[in-house]
Amino acid sequence: MTPRKRIAPSAVIWLLLGAAYFLIPLLSTLIMSLRSDQTARCCTAANYSYILHDPEFWRTIRLSFVIALETIVITLVLMVPTVYWVHLKVPRLRPVIGFLALIPFVIAPIILVVGLLDVYRGTPQWFYGEPYGFLVAAYVILAFPYMYFSLDNGFRAIDLQTLTEASQSLGAGWITTLWRVILPNIRAAALAGSFLTLAIVMGEYTIASLSQFNVFSVYVQYINQNKSYPAAAITLLSFGITWVAMLALAFAGRGRRTATGEGAH
Amino acid sequence: MVPFLAYAAAFLLLPAANVMVGAFQSKDGGFTLENVRALFDEPYRTAFKNSIEVSLVTAFLGGLFGFLIAYSAIRDGTPKFIRTGLTTFSGVAANFAGIPLAAAFIATLGILGVVTQFMATHLNWNPWDHGFSLFTKTGIEVVYLYFQIPLMILVIAPAIDGLRREWREAASSLGASGWQFWRHVGVPILMPSLLSAFVLLFGNSFAAYATAYGLTSGSIGLVPIQIGFFLSGDVFDNPHLGQALAFGMFVVLGLMMLVYLPLQRVSSRWVK
Repeated sequence: MTPRKRIAPSAVIWLLLGAAYFLIPLLSTLIMSLRSDQTARCCTAANYSYILHDPEFWRTIRLSFVIALETIVITLVLMVPTVYWVHLKVPRLRPVIGFLALIPFVIAPIILVVGLLDVYRGTPQWFYGEPYGFLVAAYVILAFPYMYFSLDNGFRAIDLQTLTEASQSLGAGWITTLWRVILPNIRAAALAGSFLTLAIVMGEYTIASLSQFNVFSVYVQYINQNKSYPAAAITLLSFGITWVAMLALAFAGRGRRTATGEGAH
Repeated sequence: MVPFLAYAAAFLLLPAANVMVGAFQSKDGGFTLENVRALFDEPYRTAFKNSIEVSLVTAFLGGLFGFLIAYSAIRDGTPKFIRTGLTTFSGVAANFAGIPLAAAFIATLGILGVVTQFMATHLNWNPWDHGFSLFTKTGIEVVYLYFQIPLMILVIAPAIDGLRREWREAASSLGASGWQFWRHVGVPILMPSLLSAFVLLFGNSFAAYATAYGLTSGSIGLVPIQIGFFLSGDVFDNPHLGQALAFGMFVVLGLMMLVYLPLQRVSSRWVK
């Protein structure tokens, strides 16, 4: 056995520089959020209390959360059967779907919203004027790549052919197979894609603001422009939301690794 | 399968086609090249120049620092927990873009920011008095690095993992110095991955709207900000100009994808 190497000095320098760049803004925001709105002195919880007592905060965060859930459900319903079908029957088409899932990177949100607003102007108010309609329709497109690459990984890790044949020889139809046999096996992948989608939708500003919907991120920008100290408080709160979604994602990912590890035995 | 394709057609391909057709339409609906030609006039020429410049700078610096930090965390001798922590943090920071990121930097390096005040009172040197502003190209670049570096760490880590320790040992047992190893083995192997990461970072910065808007409220000329003016109704004269701007962005991002895909195929050869 070779003796355990010590950490290289240059590695220490780069890691410390990186830590400084990434932690100082967070620390500054924390300090700012504890200062008083009137006297600019430390320390008070008034900025947090201001945000938490603002009914607009609760209205927008609930709205964004419901939109995120709706987006996740629609994306899963559209993608799970598609990815399943492609993996099982027409693997030749896998690159095609993969390419289609990459298009949202080229048609960036700022381009997408230009086209969407023009194409769907004049459609009924329950769609065009409602965040649950228009905005969700756009967010499903943004979620496509993340959901696709998560699901594609998940489906590659299981023996689809055997599972499907076993299920059907026991008399199950397509729906039952998909719901009772396939879904439990790709649960971790579906969860990972869902948490990513949640994080993206909760923070999305471009499409929401330009199509005039008052969601959470638009509320954050309103505070940001009008009240500098509460702005720091809400910034930390939304950073916390991203953390929770990403930790949940890491947790879902760990579940998947264990599952595939067991499958190999 | 059919519902998926129908959905993609309705909400992705149809709007994309709308932008591409609209860019070449005149106000009365006829064909014209006037909108696209206008992109080469001010203020749009400067907007494209600024957007491309910011994207090149942040892709290069983000790529460089991201690589150095990722390599420092992965190389032999660095404790394992640092790598795990770095990956989780990068996942968060790469997604921590937009309005909150802008607000965090205003609280740090804004006129009343904590670091600005600290420097002014303790070091007697206020960066804002010496030409620095958070609301200029330089400011935007400093802020964009906050999501560019983590993205680089996430995409380059698997490639660094693929750089097998045996290659390094083989090189040093043949008498190669650290520099020679990187010059003749490390960098050539990583080159496709580094290039494709650079292209990805370029696109990531080029398409960003929310961070720049949150930082400057639109006072800086970047292409996405100009498009935002059209949509929020600040500019009324010709709606097709907004579509032409979006088309111009699409061309740049499309070229990026054309470079990215082949590089991706080459670089995946060495991973696993």
